[in-house]
Formats: sequence, structure tokens, C-alpha cells
Amino acid sequence: MSAKEYRTTTAARGGLLTVSDAPQIAFGDRVLIRDHRGHRRNGQVIRSAADEVLIQVFEGTDDLDLENTWVRFLDQPMEIALSPELLGRIFNGLGEPRDGRPPILSTLHRPISGSAINPAARTYPREFIQTGISTIDGLNSLVRGQKLPIFTASGLPHNRLAAQIVRQAKLVDQESSFSIVFAAMGVSYSDAQFFQEAFSSSGVLGNVVMYLNQADDPPVERLALPRSALTAAEYLAFDLDRHVLVVLTDMTNYAEALREVSTAKGDVPSRKGYPGYLYSDLAEIYERSGRIRDRHGSITMVPVVSMPSDDITHPIPDLTGYITEGQIVLSRELHNQGIYPPVHISPSLSRLMKDGIGKDDTREDHPRVASQLYALYAKAQETRNLASIIGAEELSEQDRRYLEFADQFDRQFVAQEEDEDRSIIETLNLAWELLSMFPNAELTRVSETDLAKYHRSGD
Amino acid sequence: MSERNNHGTIRQINGPIITIHLPGVRNSEQVRIGELRLVGEVIALRGDEAIVQVYESTEGVRPGEPVETLGQPLSVELGPGLLGSIFDGVQRPLEALFARTGDHISRGITLPALNREREWHFLPAPELEVGMRLKPGQRLGSVQETERIEHHILLPPDRSGELLELAPAGEYTLERSIGRLRSADGTIHRLYLYHTWPVRTPRPYRRRDHSDEPLITGQRILDTFFPLVKGGKGAVPGPFGAGKTVVQQQVARWSNADIVIYVGCGERGNELVDVLETFPKLQDPYSGRKLMERTLLVANTSNMPVVAREASIYVGLTMAEYYRDQGYDVVMLADSTSRWAEALREVSGRLGQMPVEDGYPAYLASRLAAMYERAGRVITHNGESGSVTLIGAVSPPGGDFSEPVTAHTKEIIQTFWALSKELADARHYPSVDWVGSFSDHVTTVARWWHQEISPYWKRRREQALTLLARDAELSRIVNLVGPEALSSAQRWELEGAKLIKEGVLQQNALDPVDTFSSPQKQFLLLDMMLTIYDRGAALIHLGVPVQELRDLPVIARARRAKQTYDSSQSAELQAITREISDEFARIRMEYAKFQERAE
Ligand SMILES: Nc1ncnc2c1ncn2[C@@H]1O[C@H](COP(=O)(O)OP(=O)(O)OP(=O)(O)O)[C@@H](O)[C@H]1O
Ligand SMILES: [Mg+2]
Repeated sequence: MSAKEYRTTTAARGGLLTVSDAPQIAFGDRVLIRDHRGHRRNGQVIRSAADEVLIQVFEGTDDLDLENTWVRFLDQPMEIALSPELLGRIFNGLGEPRDGRPPILSTLHRPISGSAINPAARTYPREFIQTGISTIDGLNSLVRGQKLPIFTASGLPHNRLAAQIVRQAKLVDQESSFSIVFAAMGVSYSDAQFFQEAFSSSGVLGNVVMYLNQADDPPVERLALPRSALTAAEYLAFDLDRHVLVVLTDMTNYAEALREVSTAKGDVPSRKGYPGYLYSDLAEIYERSGRIRDRHGSITMVPVVSMPSDDITHPIPDLTGYITEGQIVLSRELHNQGIYPPVHISPSLSRLMKDGIGKDDTREDHPRVASQLYALYAKAQETRNLASIIGAEELSEQDRRYLEFADQFDRQFVAQEEDEDRSIIETLNLAWELLSMFPNAELTRVSETDLAKYHRSGD
Repeated sequence: MSERNNHGTIRQINGPIITIHLPGVRNSEQVRIGELRLVGEVIALRGDEAIVQVYESTEGVRPGEPVETLGQPLSVELGPGLLGSIFDGVQRPLEALFARTGDHISRGITLPALNREREWHFLPAPELEVGMRLKPGQRLGSVQETERIEHHILLPPDRSGELLELAPAGEYTLERSIGRLRSADGTIHRLYLYHTWPVRTPRPYRRRDHSDEPLITGQRILDTFFPLVKGGKGAVPGPFGAGKTVVQQQVARWSNADIVIYVGCGERGNELVDVLETFPKLQDPYSGRKLMERTLLVANTSNMPVVAREASIYVGLTMAEYYRDQGYDVVMLADSTSRWAEALREVSGRLGQMPVEDGYPAYLASRLAAMYERAGRVITHNGESGSVTLIGAVSPPGGDFSEPVTAHTKEIIQTFWALSKELADARHYPSVDWVGSFSDHVTTVARWWHQEISPYWKRRREQALTLLARDAELSRIVNLVGPEALSSAQRWELEGAKLIKEGVLQQNALDPVDTFSSPQKQFLLLDMMLTIYDRGAALIHLGVPVQELRDLPVIARARRAKQTYDSSQSAELQAITREISDEFARIRMEYAKFQERAE
């Protein structure tokens, strides 16, 4: 470790510190900063030239003065210590303890930036995870190694849903549960509290690693936080062979911190002031999930993404959707009708569902049942719109059946209790109850065999 | 050249953009950066400094570290062994890299793209004799690259001269020379089974040729409604989750091309694994051989270094042109060209160039056009016909087609498969929107369909499109005043459009039968649905209620026909159409009798 300290800071603003005359500093390296009160701050080199180095300061640049700031370049990348002792602990975004207990001691350190998984080293995720939630299991199934975000908005019960998934997620017929890596960026104190209680009341706390940055903690630290969390997740999954479920909340706070820093750096903005590299930056995080050939463990990721002003085309949910393998979209309308979880199935999607369901994984009719429910619900939505224009009385008998179906669907299939853990078979049987409202001829997406086996027509 | 200084030093590191001091270095030259010897390419010269884009992460690199030039631009190796492989954005072999460095991609590793140990059985071209003058790109012989593909060994297109020696038939590795050539200036060159070519220089050919043969993809809405020709340029724009990748993978699976090059440019790792795991098991419906034998992959996933994304498209195109030059029809899929454009934007932003629209540099449109220009049908140096079809996915932010990449692409291509969020949300797949899509090739391919499939193709196609347009009009009326306002004839039109949508346009890529439709099957299904509509319309005119026709069991069977009968079962499909005619004739008779009695 180089002992040399520089006092040649020339600018400090927006979380960025410039140091002049510090030659041969490695790009990406870790930096220690001592401010005028002798307090320590952490930084990272984000641009390096012979005559000037630009540092991103995780604790922010508030209150720094240029006279009394000392900078030490540690000659090592940003990294965290790894050991099985991580489980049950709480850290900040840089991997420093937040629970009053001593730091992790280990000879194993890894850079938090990670490196890209060789696509040829991956195996395709295909093991069905039962979350006990019908709209997910039945229609947008999650598989081990998938990244499936929850798109939400302020005031919607995404935290409760995330906590329910964490509590209930398991492989069918298996009790073996997941190790949880919980990464919270810019969350409120009460939200942080909610999760801690949720984990401890369900007895999983010893199986959880938390990385916590609250709303009043420095925003720049949020840039390091998901990377630290995923470095821990990779260790648990690929060194310790565990199946890891990573919850990242809220990625919108992360992206806003990124915008703050990029603006200060003077990067060319693209949409809404977010930097052009937001896509790649988010991808570096999301693509760390998956399965790897010849490894037992896996990383399944459930990021929570708030849609500012409920707008799914806002750059953050939009770019997330372009990277992740589907999305679960929550709806204010359903929420206002008192439906929990308010999952809006039309824009929701799971792209990895196809290989995780069916005969050997869930039940043979599953893919066709899902497709049929979607087709009926789409038609029912059209009918609802029509009814709102011309009045339900004007509808044909056939159309009224669709209205009735939509209502039943929302109330019986979508809605469930927060502690209701439905098996996939229960979910599929429930689906057939709804399908049975229609005559065989209208159910063209299921097979004749399915109809003979599961359709409960009165005749 | 040898007097030039090849060594310099790093001055500044700004993410993937590095400034170096190396007087005399040329634009586009490849360089090795730092102690790690990262791969980079010179993109601009400024005074005594050169700007380098680096294809690997620059973490840990310091000012003052050494730089070395390689004296040549970014190039790829072209020879047997490409097929069945997966390369990264600068043609590093990912399988070999995995064997060497494990799960994660390490930096600074250079591995030859093509295997040097493997032996190939070389057959010299019988027409060649020692002492002959060889023209650029001339065929030297061949090796059987896969059971399906005979790989022609070509003289590099920038070489010509007198053949001094040509090896006899036998086993050769890429390292072993297969002959010697004396060029006009007297230099003697050894010849090998492979050569290299700079990726940013389009490979030359004798002349362009026109394309009139349809590229059959087995996807009904594409082939029948918005066709593409071999050598054409197509784009698939759509918001996330609309089905761009599925469309591209379907084309990769089922198109009647000889060679498929799939470039995953800034997209998901798992999508490439999907291809890698399924293609070796799937059979190509034309040759019966495994799909992987004609496929090669280029992967720069979204988490891999951004600037290699820009290169990956050219790496793919150069390999595509190489197979074209052997007389093959090649399809290259680029998923997604938006990520390529974003890589351009990223670099131009870091260079401080003036952005024009949404942060994109002014040269976006011309670069896009130049990229698509590398597609086309040509007559090769050997007088054969070969083609490159280029199909690019476009990922517009917020699904807004007026953004720069989509808008410029639309100006360049001839076939536009616009995907719609509304259709995708309703699980109408492929979500190709028949209003926003277009193809300039309909008249060109109509001749083929007329000769090979049916003289009624053009008429049936137009009839279906008319019905769909009527459907849109009538649905507007329904939404204003309710269904009661429609006449029975109009309600039957709605039913007709529904049959076209469900029975023809919707095609489930995941269903083993429905996933591929031969042109014959496509036409038979279209004809079946329109037969129902036509016969029904006549009956409705006589006063038969819509309700009575709609619920006929034979119609439910017609709607399921696409997933019930595969492409070889034309007779069964025709039987349903006959049954429909018979059934409607029966109803007509009954109805006539009923009316007689009533009178
Ligand atoms: N023809 C089809 N048949 C069945 N399912 C389909 C079809 N097309 C699309 N899908 C469904 O839609 C999902 C999303 O499609 P796809 O991954 O191709 O979207 P995309 O447009 O490439 O999205 P992105 O821009 O995010 O990559 C698929 O995973 C699949 O479930
Ligand atoms: Mg895609």
C-alpha cells in the first residue's frame, strides 16, 4: 500500500474530487480521503491522466475544503472480504459493517466490479421456482437463475410482495430454501425496518446478508452497493454452492445516484438527463444473475424498480425491461380495488418460463393454460372497455361472460392473502375453474386432451 | 514500415477511451494497451496523441504504461472451423476461452479464432495448375467443414499472381501451407487454408446482382405478408418484450439460408446459451442436418465491454461476406442494432463530439446506411451467386419509433417488421403489426409464389389484408356505438378477420408443429380461412344468422389446424377446406329448403 498522501485537490463538487499531479494512478482504484475534521471517506478513480485524477467520493463531497483534504491512493481495486460469516450480517454499500459487529476477516477479497460471465460458460435456467403466488407461478413463472424485476410505483405494496416471495420461494417438492442477499438503496427507515422484521419473523435472518443504504445515507454509495451485494452473492452461489435469491430495491434510487454523478462529470445526457451508458451500467448489475456450467449454485434476481409517475416508458423501467428476462408489473388500479398482490398480467412477462414448466416440471397443461388465460383476459379487457362506453346492458350474452370472467379472475386468481402459499397444482386447478366458465369451442389454445381431462363443463 | 516506432505510452484513461502518445500510429490500427496488453483500436489522431477505444475493461490501467501497435487494423480469421462456434465481439473463441480461463472472461488473453491443431481434408481445385495466373478471391480448393457445408478455400481478395505450388489432397492444419504464389512485384506468398481480412473493409466482389428469390422463414406473417428476399435488408423494431429476439431466432432456425450468423450485440447472455443448447439438437427442415452445422454466433452481451459491441457487427458481417464469396446465401441477424448505435454514442460522447439527436453523433445515419449496405446479392470473383441478408433488431427507448435509430433504419431497409406492444400484451405472437409493417418485395416474390405455390397467392393475400383493414374500421364503429350497429355482413367481416388473425397470423414459436410453416402450408391455411369467410358471406347474404355459422365445429377445427397438421400434411389441410365447402353447401341447401317451406 502506497503511503503517499496528496494534498493537491483542485476541485470538489457533486460527489467528485479532482486531484492534480498524482501520476500513474490506476483507473478504478480505491482511494482513501481524510477531510479537514480527520474523518475518513472512500473513493474510486474514475478518470486518470498523468496530470489529473478524478475521484468519485462515496460519502459525497459536501463540506470538503481544498486546503485540508488528504488523498491516499490504495493501489488496489474496490473490493470486499468474503467468508461464510457474511450470512446474518448487515453492511453498507462498501461492505463495511452496519450492525455494530466487527468487519469480516478473510484472506479472500474480490473486486466488486466483477467481470462478465463468459456466455459459453452459462447454462440455460430451467428449474421452476414456486413462489406460491398464482399470477407469478401460473402465468409468469420464475426459474432459478432468472432476473425478474417487479415494476412498481409509490404507494404500491411491492415490499410486501418481495417479502412474500422471499418467504415462500422454493423448488417444488423441496424444502431447501434460498440464501438471501438483500440490497437496499435509498430506502426509508421504515422500509428497512419492515424487511428486517419480515426476515426475522420468518426465521430466515441467519440466511440473509443485507447491504443497506438508507434514504439519508450518501447517494454516491448507492453506486457501489449492488456491486458489493452481487460480489457476495457470487461467492455464496459459485464458491459455496448455494442457491441465492437477490432482492435489489429500489433500482430507481440507484439510477438517480448515477445521474447525479454523471451530470457532475459532464457526461453527454441521453433521455431525461440519464447518461447514455445507463443501459450498460444496469446490465453490468443484472447480468450477474444466472447459472454456470458445472456449478451447483445459482443467482436468481428480483430487482424492485419504481416507475416514476407510474410511467413504464421512463428510462429506468424501460432500460431494465430491455435487460431483464421479463417483468412483474403492479397496477394502481387493482391496488385501489383492494386486490393484493395487484399484479397486472397484461404487461407482465416471464421469458424463461417456457423451459421451466410443463410435463416434467409443473404439469403438462401449464403452458397452454397460461396462454389461454392470457387470450381470454385480453379479450375481457377489450370487453370491459366496450362496456364502459356503451354500457354493460348493451353487450351480447357472450360478451357478458367475458366481463364476468375478468371479475372472477381478478378476485379469485390474482387476489390472494399475504400468507397464502398456493402450490402450482392449486394454481392450475383454480385456472381451470375459471376456464370452465367457457364452452370447449371457445378454448382453442388448450388441447382436446386438456379439455377432456380438466374442463369442468356442466355437461 | 519497419522503421516506424511501434511503442508508446498511455496518457489518460477515461473508461474505455484511452489517450496514448505514439507518434506515427495510423488511424484504425490495432494496439495492445498496458501491462495487461488489452485489445484496442485507434479511432482518432490529435496532435501527437492518438485516441484508442479499448475492447476490454480498463480497470487497473495507469498513465505511463506501455502501448504497442500491431501494424494492422482489426481483422478476423476466415477459414474452416468458423461454423458451430461462438466468438466474442472481436472474434475471440469463447469456448476455448472458457477452457483456458474459466467462467468469467479474463482480460488481455489472445487466442486465435480458429483452431490450429485440427486437421482438415483438403481437396485442391481440379481446374488449377502450377504456373496459372490466379485472380483475387479465386477458389483454391475445398474442405468439408460440416457434413452440410463444403468450405471453399479462397485466395484472399487482395492477392493475385502466379501459382507456384499447390498441395495435393490430404490432411492439413491451418498452420500448414497448401501452396505458394508469386505476386506481380515478385514477392512469394505462402497460402493457407485461412486468411485474414480487416472487418471495416467490405470484401470485394465482381458485381452486384439483383435479388428476387424470397427468403423463406417459415413464419406466416413474414413470408406471406411482409416478405424479404435473399440479399435483402430488414429491420425488426419493437419495445422490450415484444418478440424481436424470438423473430430473429425463428429466422435463424427455419429460414432457407445456407449459413446463419447470429450476432448478440449488447443483449442477454442466456439468449445465446439458448441457441447454443438448442441448435445442436434441432434439424434444419431443408437439409435434415443439425442446425448448428450452418450456424455461428458472435456474442457481445450487455455486460461485456461497450465498444466491442460496435465491432461485433462488423466482425459478423465480414464472416457473412466470406461465406457469400463462396457462393452461399447467408443470413445475418443483429440483435440489437440499437446497442451498436449506443456504443457509437458512448464513444463519440467521450470524445466530446457534438451530439445532434438524443446524444447521437451526426454520423449515425451514414454509419447505419454503410452497415446495411454490406448486405446484398453479388456475383463473386468466381462467378458464383451469393448473398448476405441482414436483419437488424431495433430497440427504441420507450417503444417510440420516432427516435433516431428506428427512424434512420426505416429509411434504409426494404422490409420492416414493426412489433406492437398492444399485440404482445394480448399475447398475439408474433406481434408484427400489419398496419405499421411494410415490404418492398411483394411484387418481386409474387412470381415465385405464383409458380411454386399457387396462382391465387397474390389475390388471397390482398383479400386478407383488406379484411384486416375492414376489421380496424368496423372495430372503431363498435367502440363508438356498440356491436348492434353492425349489419350481419359486417359482423361476418369481423369474424373473417378474427379467423385470419387466429388461424394464420398468430404463430406459436414454442409449439413443435406451429413453429414452422412451409410456404405450401402457409397458403393452405390462408385459403382455408378465406374459404370460410367467402362461403359464409354468401350464406349471410341469404339470411343465415352469423351465430349459426360461427359455432360450427369445423370452424373450431380450422382454427386449430395450424398446430394440428405439420407442413407435410397438405392433404389433411386440403381435406378440411373441402369439408368446409361441403358443410356450407349443406347449410345452403337446408336453408333453401327451410325457406321454401316457409313460403
Ligand atoms: N412467436 C412467439 N411465440 C410464442 N411466444 C412468443 C413469440 N414471440 C414472442 N414470444 C414471447 O415473448 C417473449 C419476449 O420475446 P423476446 O425476448 O423476443 O422480446 P424482445 O422484443 O427481444 O425484447 P427485448 O428488447 O427486451 O430483448 C418471449 O420470451 C416469449 O415468451
Ligand atoms: Mg430481445
